[in-house]
Amino acid sequence: MPDLHIRKIISSREEIFHEGGPVADTPLLRGAMLAIIKNPFAGRYEPEIQGFMEDLKPLGLDMAQRLLDMLGGPDKIEGYGKGSLVGEGGELEHGALWHAPGGYAMRQLLGTANAIVPSSKKVGGVGARLDVPITHVNAAYVRSHFDSMEVGCNDAPRAGELAFALVMTTGGRVHSRSGGLEAKDIKGEDGLR
Amino acid sequence: MTAKIRKIAVNVEEVHSEIGRTISPATRKAVAVAVIENPFAGRYQDDLTDLMDIGAELGGLLGAKCVEALGITPDQAESYGKSAMVGENGELEHAAAILHPKLGAPLRVAVEKGAALVPSSKKMGSPGQVLDVPLGHKDAAYVRSHFDGIEVRLNDAPRANEIMVAVAVTDSGRPLPRVGGLTSTDAIGKDGLK
Repeated sequence: MPDLHIRKIISSREEIFHEGGPVADTPLLRGAMLAIIKNPFAGRYEPEIQGFMEDLKPLGLDMAQRLLDMLGGPDKIEGYGKGSLVGEGGELEHGALWHAPGGYAMRQLLGTANAIVPSSKKVGGVGARLDVPITHVNAAYVRSHFDSMEVGCNDAPRAGELAFALVMTTGGRVHSRSGGLEAKDIKGEDGLR
Repeated sequence: MTAKIRKIAVNVEEVHSEIGRTISPATRKAVAVAVIENPFAGRYQDDLTDLMDIGAELGGLLGAKCVEALGITPDQAESYGKSAMVGENGELEHAAAILHPKLGAPLRVAVEKGAALVPSSKKMGSPGQVLDVPLGHKDAAYVRSHFDGIEVRLNDAPRANEIMVAVAVTDSGRPLPRVGGLTSTDAIGKDGLK
């Protein structure tokens, strides 16, 4: 089984006070963790790749825990998302290996998180940027919490690398006023409403 | 005048390996950015005192954000740098007013000491553009292992009437320094140079 080789870990934390409207009573926090790791399958077609998901579990948990520490703990988290950037020596399918270890790490540490974790993935060169989608952790239809956060790194992903991202927020968009399902009205049981 | 801050972003980069070699402990760099309203956007203002005062405010604030994000004590900071990018309705001189007259002193409090000049860069820009913040050893500018930089960019800043102000702080030099010159262990750190 391939080991996990981490080259870089990048954290990003944004405090958003306003966006041209009234200053928020509590600033919105958005956090991202990006891990740059070696792609054990780069440069060849490998039919069996699922074993690597097991190797990624500790990384997912470490990144999710760092996000919780950065943003004030599980009780503060209202939105989440995940994403993968695959260096040019790999294939899109390698990015899909992040779904289980990335998503379930966040849901495990959050306790209650019934909504599917939205995701994006792509193959890109060094310096590529990835827009990681964000939705409410318990009800995917909550309109105020649809958001995204851009991640990337000037020297990654190299051809033989993968960059895996996890993102969390402490609330909806800072001047949310587009209607739809409100966070206060959700049941939060089926992950949708 | 105090800064009207729209958002603050803090990034930390840890390098755990490079070119197949393990870096232990990992080298770490932080950059903190404030996106502020440019009080002089769209007009020529001769007296830039307000921006100089904003520089003083942000030097302390952003320096402390970096130190906090690195989880270090101020004396453990090893290098620093500062930069600003001015949205299209401002002028380059606005960046100079923020960065140079008053930003350094409170930054030096945040990182303890700081005998060396704070290396800097400035530019005009638009949302999503890259700002490269130069880095140099905080007490002895000639320390060769600590010449570096960190890139920062925000997809939504600076808008036309905004300024992005960045301060970077590290607790280490480059991952695999081997081009000689003055080392941090040999630096005296009194004159800011050697």
